[in-house]
Amino acid sequence: MFEKAFALIFNTDHELFAIILLSLQVSLCALCLASIAGVPVGALTGLKKFRFRGGVVSLLNTFMGLPPVVVGLCVYLTLSRSGPLGFMSLLYTPSAMVIAQTILAFPIVASLTHSAVVGVDPVIKQAAKTLGASPLQESLTVVKEARYGITAAVIAALGRVMAEVGAILIVGGNIAGYTRVMTTTIALETDKGNFELALALGIILLAISLLINVVLHMVQRKGHFQDKK
Amino acid sequence: MSLRLSIDRISKSYDGNAVLDGCRFEFEAGKTYALIGSNGSGKSTFLRICALLEQPDKGAVRFFCGDAEQPHEIPLKRKITLVLPKTGVFNSSVFNNAAYGLKIRGIAGNEIKEKAARILKLVKLAGKSAQNAQTLSSGETQRLGIARAMVFEPEIIFLDEPTAFVDAESKGIIEELISKFKDRQRTVIIATHDLHQAERLDSQILSMTEGRLKLL
Repeated sequence: MFEKAFALIFNTDHELFAIILLSLQVSLCALCLASIAGVPVGALTGLKKFRFRGGVVSLLNTFMGLPPVVVGLCVYLTLSRSGPLGFMSLLYTPSAMVIAQTILAFPIVASLTHSAVVGVDPVIKQAAKTLGASPLQESLTVVKEARYGITAAVIAALGRVMAEVGAILIVGGNIAGYTRVMTTTIALETDKGNFELALALGIILLAISLLINVVLHMVQRKGHFQDKK
Repeated sequence: MSLRLSIDRISKSYDGNAVLDGCRFEFEAGKTYALIGSNGSGKSTFLRICALLEQPDKGAVRFFCGDAEQPHEIPLKRKITLVLPKTGVFNSSVFNNAAYGLKIRGIAGNEIKEKAARILKLVKLAGKSAQNAQTLSSGETQRLGIARAMVFEPEIIFLDEPTAFVDAESKGIIEELISKFKDRQRTVIIATHDLHQAERLDSQILSMTEGRLKLL
């Protein structure tokens, strides 16, 4: 069984690589959107004191553990024909999968960015101020100091969306050649008893997860190493 | 025209404990002042208020250019600076740290390179310009902190015990740098426990006792 799975990988099976490509496209697109929104929100909650800041941070922390099927259900109801955004005809398209994954990734990016910014030594902000930085330059300096933590936040969110199955299965519909991605294919092929393809995809997904974790570890080590020095 | 600092009866207290009690003084432009006093006498608070990092509870800190009072806004804040006893350096190269004050002022790249290289040479860190600043020793970090503050040639520099945590070599380098700075007709206000240092820097000595300032 493993031999056949590896044969599928090394013989560059067209169907297999189309699935991998779509998985990467959907996940990276969702990650980009989540980062564009999540990094500024996380930085803002870390830098500025405003009313309900504690509530916003608690909400972000809570949403880090959002159950994917609940997100899938909510996106489904919103995009279904009778839903408020039904007129856009996005249900069962890769765009719907991107929306669901963005919702899952956003709180992770925002919350971990918040922690990274809050973790910057206050003396850095003070140093920037004494050197004549404007309030905006001060904030940018603090965010720059938190760059390793912010990178780790983005990588952690990528890990979450790459491994996600529940939400995208509901909103994507697992349509062959259109919305079928690695995780949904593994679920389907396992049900069908086609373990070779499921295993091949499982191996690739594990390899990608391993790569993400290695990069995350390297980023965290680099930040930690420089903090210690 | 040089920037002049006037302190008008400033008071400050934390949790009901008075730290500064009606301090007043006129600092002449281009002179060096040494602020002496025991630990907890209010020297650091005084410098932080003068450097506009904190507000006094009462009284006022005023800066004048000729007779014109300067508003406490970014243009004024870019003419003064404070170096803390333990400098926080940015997680970047020694060069980038030295160049920070120039970059945020929008100075051109070539001028930044030239000025940052020159100041690093003065504090004997030229050979470490590509090194991460957080890998420097405490003495080197303090030298970098002072270089970083002097590179944009502020008109008034406040130094809060700049040699408190450094070895004799770094102390010598820092004092030499301060002397060169004051030779350029800049105002230096330094908090120190070292009376000999105050004499070496040819400074007027101000004593801070129980939150009150007195010229000795």
